[in-house]
Amino acid sequence: MKIAISSGGDTLRSEVDQRFARCPYYIIYDTDSGDFEAVNNESSTAGGGAGIQAAQKISDKGIDAVISGNIGPNAFRVLSAASIKIYSGASGIIKDVIDKFKKGEYKETGSPDVNSHFGMGRGN
Amino acid sequence: MIISVASGKGGTGKTTVAVNLALSLANTRLIDCDVEEPNCHIFVKPDIESRRKVSIPIPQVNDDKCDGCGRCQEVCAYNAIAVVNKKVIVFPELCHGCGSCSYFCPLKAIDEKNKEIGIIEAGRKGGTDFVHGRLNIGMMMSPPVIREVKKYIDKKKTVIIDAPPGTSCPVITAIKDTDFIILVTEPTPFGLNDLSLAIGVVKKLGIPSGVIINRSDLGNKKVENYCAEENIPVLMKIPFDRRIAEIYSGGDVIVEVLPEYKNKFRDLYKKIEAIINNKK
Amino acid sequence: MKQIVIISGKGGTGKTVITGSLAAMAKDKVIADCDVDAADLHLLLDPEIKKSHIFKSGFTAFTHKDKCIDCGICKKVCRFDAVKDDFTIDPVSCEGCAFCSYACPENAIEMKENISGKWFVSETRFGPMVHARLGIAEENSGKLVSLVRQKAKEIAEDRNYKWVIIDGSPGIGCPVIASITGVDCVVMVTEPTLSGLHDAKRLLDVTNHFNIEARIIINKYDLNPDVTGKIEKWSKDKNIEILGKIEFNRSVVESVVNGKTVIEYTNNKVTEQLGNIWKTLERELEEEK
Repeated sequence: MKIAISSGGDTLRSEVDQRFARCPYYIIYDTDSGDFEAVNNESSTAGGGAGIQAAQKISDKGIDAVISGNIGPNAFRVLSAASIKIYSGASGIIKDVIDKFKKGEYKETGSPDVNSHFGMGRGN
Repeated sequence: MIISVASGKGGTGKTTVAVNLALSLANTRLIDCDVEEPNCHIFVKPDIESRRKVSIPIPQVNDDKCDGCGRCQEVCAYNAIAVVNKKVIVFPELCHGCGSCSYFCPLKAIDEKNKEIGIIEAGRKGGTDFVHGRLNIGMMMSPPVIREVKKYIDKKKTVIIDAPPGTSCPVITAIKDTDFIILVTEPTPFGLNDLSLAIGVVKKLGIPSGVIINRSDLGNKKVENYCAEENIPVLMKIPFDRRIAEIYSGGDVIVEVLPEYKNKFRDLYKKIEAIINNKK
Repeated sequence: MKQIVIISGKGGTGKTVITGSLAAMAKDKVIADCDVDAADLHLLLDPEIKKSHIFKSGFTAFTHKDKCIDCGICKKVCRFDAVKDDFTIDPVSCEGCAFCSYACPENAIEMKENISGKWFVSETRFGPMVHARLGIAEENSGKLVSLVRQKAKEIAEDRNYKWVIIDGSPGIGCPVIASITGVDCVVMVTEPTLSGLHDAKRLLDVTNHFNIEARIIINKYDLNPDVTGKIEKWSKDKNIEILGKIEFNRSVVESVVNGKTVIEYTNNKVTEQLGNIWKTLERELEEEK
């Protein structure tokens, strides 16, 4: 299973970025092989529709699940339509988040956490 | 003649000038293009005679024809379309209505339908025609509404346009293709800073302009000096007058309460006319 | 860390003067000027620019005439009247949709990224400040606003500061939406005029739309007691807290002319009223959590 985690940096020691759409990197992790790669998020500086663009790119990469702090309604709609599982409310070091995820400690999120434009300023 | 009234900074008296100028002249049409915060109607209190919606065309995908190829998503510059699992998702609030997606769809599976983004109201007060546009709450794009309002320009009349404040695209949309731009400012460092930005816009558009200094006794001389250096005429100075502040705050019109101001606004118009005739 | 944004639907209500005063009174804060269209806060705070960055945003079409065969397809497809009779592009009208560029059979139209402004990280006598200048006649200030806010927030987090104080954009469109989303507190500044009240009402619709609590300051309240009364009644009906009222006083204009915040410039009724507003706001926001 391939998961994508919004990240503030490009290593497993980086912290989860609270903004799904405007985070600088995604860590793509394969739970079967343990392989991972960090990819730049080109959508982080999109003028508008960053969530849509980011979700589109994640979907194009064949990701099965997304872990982030907060996911807005537009990204949520696209990810759901792509049948990608969504886990929001995560925080802390990426490596720990992956371990928790493997242990089944995260629950799938049923609805968006934040209004549109969330990542434009905040992320506490 | 089409005169637009603008200001780099808000709250300098732009609307006051537009309204009083329109109501001092004969055969005028006042068009409020400040569609985010239209205020002219508060003062003019027109009888609204017509009302219509402003819409932009947004895509509507015909699922029976669509094979999910993703071309529409590729050509959309605004991230308003996503295609996942061969299904198209449209986000109308991000759409600019450019029409690219429907044009490039290889299966002609995209039609367009109208989405309302604002309204236009037109009416009259005495001998003055009145038109304004109003952007719906939550909408981002005022230029399409401004473009629609500007279709009410009637070249047989003296048209006064109240432009939005600032220097970005809504202002440009409002003031381009007008004959003269009045820039309203105040004699403070804020006023000067914002005036110099507004002059930058006006120069870029190449439209003749002049300045009105409002509350001309509250501040310093730097705005006047700047205008002299830049060779921009100061058309009028309005000193701070508690009576004017009160008239304004109650939503009344200066030239109706203090008729002596009518001649000052008529003189303003004559000055503008002379400047334009000189250029020709 | 909490973010406070000061906004006013209408210009000229004293938003920037009040932002500057709060910045002078608050401890441990980063200041963000998000009024990027007509930024004025720097005139009070005199920032020393430490870092300057170019801001790119959006695209504008450009016709390479050497490749153009004058077929006119671009002009036919453009809905923004941005293609001129010689098939070059009027950059002011171009919305960057790229329709023409995709439609051109000769690939003669290039989409060029706009350099639409600059943003700065500076130091002021009151602490760090992030601000920007949008190029003349440029658009998309919403994105620039987001950038300024993001940077200010990062600095506040790095230094473990308590506040980010934001001078918001005017209006109700894209830039103001970008200024207010996700903040902890919106302070609306209004004045006792019918237009002030009208614009405050429109602005409240926006804050409600995005589910953000708003507070209000009535500036120059003594210029029209009747309308001040109307604003007070409306605020009560809508359950908006009135943080305070500030009197009309020429010393405010004088402080601006002298390039100072009114707090530094003088000590009078206005500064007392501003002081009480900050005390109230600080207490309330510290109690939240």
